[in-house]
Amino acid sequence: MNKLQKVLRKRSKKLLNIYLTAGYPNIDNTLDILYALNEQEVDLVELGIPFSDPLADGLTIQQSSEMALKNGMSVERLFAILKMADSDRLPPLIAMGYLNQMIQFGEEQFIKDAKDSHIDGLIIPDLPMDIYQRDYQDLFRKYDMGISFLITPETSNKRIQSALELSNNFLYVVSSSATTGGKGGFSLSTMDYLKAVQRIETEIPKLVGFGIHDKTTFEAAVKYCDGAIVGSAFIRMLQKSNDYHKDIATFVEKIRT
Amino acid sequence: MSYNVDDKGFYGQFGGAFVPEMLYANIEEIRVNYRELLKEKNFLSQFNALLKDYVGRPSPLYFAKRLSQKYQTKIYLKREDLLHTGAHKINNTIGQILLAKRLNKTRIIAETGAGQHGVATATVCALMDMKCIVYMGEKDTIRQALNVGRMRMLGAEVIPVTSGSRTLKDATNEAIRDWISNPKDTHYIIGSAVGPHPYPDMVAQFQSVISKEIKTQLLQQTGSENPDYVIACVGGGSNAAGAFYHFLEDKNVGLILVEAAGKGVETDYSAATSVLGSIGIIHGSKTLLMQTSDGQIIEPYSISAGLDYPGIGPMHAHLITSGRAEVFACTDQEAIKAAINLTRLEGIIPALETAHAFAMLEKRKFDSGDTVVLNVSGRGDKDINTYLNNIQYE
Ligand SMILES: Cc1ncc(COP(=O)(O)O)c(C=O)c1O
Repeated sequence: MNKLQKVLRKRSKKLLNIYLTAGYPNIDNTLDILYALNEQEVDLVELGIPFSDPLADGLTIQQSSEMALKNGMSVERLFAILKMADSDRLPPLIAMGYLNQMIQFGEEQFIKDAKDSHIDGLIIPDLPMDIYQRDYQDLFRKYDMGISFLITPETSNKRIQSALELSNNFLYVVSSSATTGGKGGFSLSTMDYLKAVQRIETEIPKLVGFGIHDKTTFEAAVKYCDGAIVGSAFIRMLQKSNDYHKDIATFVEKIRT
Repeated sequence: MSYNVDDKGFYGQFGGAFVPEMLYANIEEIRVNYRELLKEKNFLSQFNALLKDYVGRPSPLYFAKRLSQKYQTKIYLKREDLLHTGAHKINNTIGQILLAKRLNKTRIIAETGAGQHGVATATVCALMDMKCIVYMGEKDTIRQALNVGRMRMLGAEVIPVTSGSRTLKDATNEAIRDWISNPKDTHYIIGSAVGPHPYPDMVAQFQSVISKEIKTQLLQQTGSENPDYVIACVGGGSNAAGAFYHFLEDKNVGLILVEAAGKGVETDYSAATSVLGSIGIIHGSKTLLMQTSDGQIIEPYSISAGLDYPGIGPMHAHLITSGRAEVFACTDQEAIKAAINLTRLEGIIPALETAHAFAMLEKRKFDSGDTVVLNVSGRGDKDINTYLNNIQYE
C-alpha cells in the first residue's frame, strides 16, 4: 500500500486536499511549499501540471499556469524536481494534467516517471473513461498508478457507476456546473447534490472539488463526503504572501478549525 | 478506407470527444440527437427553406474565364461569398440554431476569429430571437472591427478575450468555459469542423450543401458532375469539409487544402498546421496541432484571423495523413497578391482567408483540360483595411 492509499483508507478524517500549480509562484519554491503543506499535515496534495489551454479551469488557475510556464515549468522539469525531493517530507501526491501533455511526453514514460516522482495518482480531466479502459488501464496497473475520474451534477447514474469502477484512489465530485475558482457560498442545489452523492455506495472516498475556498464550504463538503479539494483559494493566498511558511500554516488552520 | 466519420466519432485515428466530464452531458445530448434530426423531413425542409429564401442558396458556380486563361486550366468559382452575411459560415449557423431550438436552448454562445462566424451566429440569433454571446480574441476585435460592429448591431454581446494569445484558440477556450458553467440553457455553436465529436461531423454535414450544389451545377454546365480538383482554404476546416463532402470517397476528384503559412513556414510566424503540427488534443479533438515538445499549444500566426488556428479539423488531419488530400501553405504576401490578382481579373474581392486558396494556383500546375473548382468561402469587405495597408499601388 502506498503513502496515498494509506491516507485515503483513514475514512474517519475529513480529508483536506490542497491544489498547487507546479512552478507557481516560482519554480524554486514548489518543493518548499510541498514540505510546508506536509508539515501542516495536509492529507494529500494535487499538483497541477501547468498547461497552455486549461479548459476546465477558471481565471485564477489559468493565470497561475501561465505564470508557471513563464517560469519554465514543464512536465520534464517537474519530474526532475520531484525525483530530487526528500520523500519523507513530501505529502501524499497526485498530479492533474491534460491528456495532450501525457501524449506528447509519451504515455508510458509519463506514468513511469510520475511514479518515480512520488506521484501515486493522476487526474486527467479530458481523458474519457472508455479511452482510458481501452488504451491506458493496463499501463496504469503496470506501474501501480492510481486514477480518479470526475462526476458532476449532470453525470448519469450509469456513468457514476463506471467512474466508481475505474477510479481507484478517490472519486472526484465536482460541486456544481462551473469551472474552478468559485468564491461564493454553496447554493441550495449544490447542497442537495452533495446529499445525493452521500448516498452513493462505494469503497473509495469521495472528495469534493470546485468552489471549496474557506471553512464554510469545506465543512459543507465534508458533511456529506469524505474530503474536499481547495485550489484557487490557495493560489490566491500564495499570490499575496510574503512568508509562505507562516501563511500556509494560517491558511490550513483556518480551513480546519 | 473511408474518409467519413465512424460510429465512435473518429476519422481514422483522429477525432473523438476528449472532453472533461463537465461537458459530457451537453455533447452527449447533441450526439444522440443530431443524426436523427438530420434525417427528419420536417427539420430538413425548414433548413433547406431558410438556406434558399434567407441565405440565398444555391450560390452560383461561376466559370472564371480570365482567371482560367491566366492559369491555363478551367477554373470554376463556388460563390459562397455571395451568401447572406458574406461567407459560408451561415450554412452551419442556420443548421445549429434549428438544432438549438429543438433542444429547447435559449442562450447561444459562439467563438469567432475573423468575425464571420460571429456575424453568422448573431444573425440567426436575431432571426430566431435567441440571446447571443460571442467570444472573440481581443486582437481579432481590432483587426476585424467592422464585424464587431455588425455583431453588436445584430444584438449580440461581444466579449473580448484577453487570455493567452488573445485570438481564436483562446476565444474557443472561453466559449467552452462558458458552456461548462451554463450547461442547461446554452447551446454552443462551434464555427468550424473542429471540437469534440459530433461537432466536426455535424458542421461538415451542414456545410455539405456546398459540394451537393457543385455536383448539380457542374453537371448542368459541363455535362459531368465531378471536377478533377476541389480547392479550399483551411482554418479549422468547415468550408473545405463542405466543398469536399460529396467527393470524399471518389478518388478521381483531387482534394486540395490551403493553409496559412503566415510569414513563412520556416519562421516563428505561421499557421501551417500540417507542416508544423503533431498529433495531440485540442478543444476536445485528437488531431494535428502546433505544440511544443512539452505539449503546450503554440500561438499560430496569420494575417488572416480566420486561419489563425493552431489545429485543424480531424477530418482534414485524416485526409492529409492518409494522402487523400494535397496540402499547400501560402504566405500573407502571396495571399494579398492573389487577392489583387483576382480582383483585377474577375472583379471579385475575396476574404483574406479565401485569398490563400487563390494563392495556391501559383504553386501547382493543372492540365488545360482539368476542371478545377475553387471554393470562394467569403468576401473581402471585412478585410479592406488590411488590404489597403498592405498593397502598394504602382
Ligand atoms: C471567409 C472565411 N473563409 C474561411 C474561414 C476558415 O474557416 P474554415 O476552415 O472553417 O472554413 C473563415 C473563418 O473565419 C472565413 O471567415
